[in-house]
Amino acid sequence: MCLAIPMRVTKIEGNPDDFTVSQIATVDADGISKEIRLDVVDRWPDLGDYVIVHAGFAIHTLEAAEAEANIRLLRELAACMPEELLVK
Amino acid sequence: MKYLDEFRDRALARPLVAELRKSVTKPLRVMEICGSHTMAIFRNGLRSILPEGYTLISGPGCPVCVTSASHMDAFISMAERPGVRVAIFGDLFRVPGTHGSLANASSRGAKVDIVYSPMDALDLAIRHPEDLIVFLGVGFETTTPGIAATILAAKNRNVKNFTVFSTQKVMPPPLIALLDDPGLKIDGLLCPGHVSSIIGAGAYQPLVDKYHLACVVAGFETTDLLNGLILLARQVGKGEARVENTYQRVVNWEGNLRAARMVDEIFEPADMEWRGLGVIPGSGLAIRPKYADFNAEVRLDITLPEASEAKGCRCGEILKGMSIPTECPLFNTRCTPGNPIGPCMVSSEGTCAAYHKYGMD
Ligand code: SF4
Repeated sequence: MCLAIPMRVTKIEGNPDDFTVSQIATVDADGISKEIRLDVVDRWPDLGDYVIVHAGFAIHTLEAAEAEANIRLLRELAACMPEELLVK
Repeated sequence: MKYLDEFRDRALARPLVAELRKSVTKPLRVMEICGSHTMAIFRNGLRSILPEGYTLISGPGCPVCVTSASHMDAFISMAERPGVRVAIFGDLFRVPGTHGSLANASSRGAKVDIVYSPMDALDLAIRHPEDLIVFLGVGFETTTPGIAATILAAKNRNVKNFTVFSTQKVMPPPLIALLDDPGLKIDGLLCPGHVSSIIGAGAYQPLVDKYHLACVVAGFETTDLLNGLILLARQVGKGEARVENTYQRVVNWEGNLRAARMVDEIFEPADMEWRGLGVIPGSGLAIRPKYADFNAEVRLDITLPEASEAKGCRCGEILKGMSIPTECPLFNTRCTPGNPIGPCMVSSEGTCAAYHKYGMD
């Protein structure tokens, strides 16, 4: 139930400040597309952003900069090993 | 896929495995709290490559598993009332109560609908005006905001036959209850990824301060998990204790404030019963009196029945990290996913189900 993969936002309806109209986005991952709710997402996404979805609700919009920092730290952690192991 | 493949990169994982071996300088015991972590660790084969001295124990983080037997019984008896239709997440369907499961009740004619989202339960209410819909709220911080938003939507749309039976639970209090038990010796916590996205990495600071516990928030992909395990071993090796967040792409220090506001509008803290742990003060969420029309416990006047645990089942001990499935005499003999005795074997995130699936014996 808790495992959610990041899904890409392709369409947005509603706006972050008005709870009287539906706050809905269409997301897709791996070619599967579905509608999810944006009522409780931490940051209102832009088209093309990735969100983490739980039980039909987006709970987090990923920040590209933080994901890159994430990877950089992982690479640093692995950097004690020879460089050639790190290239794909 | 973006934000996924790069964290599954084998070329990155390999050196991390080597680093994990180096990082263990003294024996350590780490609890992975979240049921999804339990599964992800198995799926990635990380249990088999754990260096000697590194012990991983599962904690109370599978929502279905920690649902008490008396709540299960209340759910089932509610589903059997005429005019009631219950909506549940699929995991709950086959969990045994004292007398059978929701699945059994459903085959006897009770109306039980499996939904993917609480919003689907609201749609059910609109489609079935003749029934009172009861959504069974079983979950942690990741599901509560969506349930709160659904109650608000029901109010805005003036839907009168939608209710929620909340057994929603919050994360830090059960950990404190566990850590106060001298029988449990752990050095660190692998903190959940998505619960932390809601409550923030800062929620673990009190555990660091009070119990000198290494706390590392991690994601669910191979390199995320390795990273988390390495940082925990390093902290413990150096005798340090602090909160580290290795899942920055999803988790920040403060958490999701928009979700917190939504939850606070609808819910208030309440004492909650946990399987294996008993009643823990302030560990649950009840619907505020202002929204009583949406509270199934008020509308249906529910009192929790006395319930007994399935005989011989050790889920309670397993949830506390005091026992492992292979120590249960029923494991893989009388208790299997096809014929589960306890919830830890039913839920896809349950520790017994994980041990069964990945062939531990
Ligand atoms: S194996 Fe079955 S009976 Fe034993 S603890 Fe797990 S769920 Fe309970």
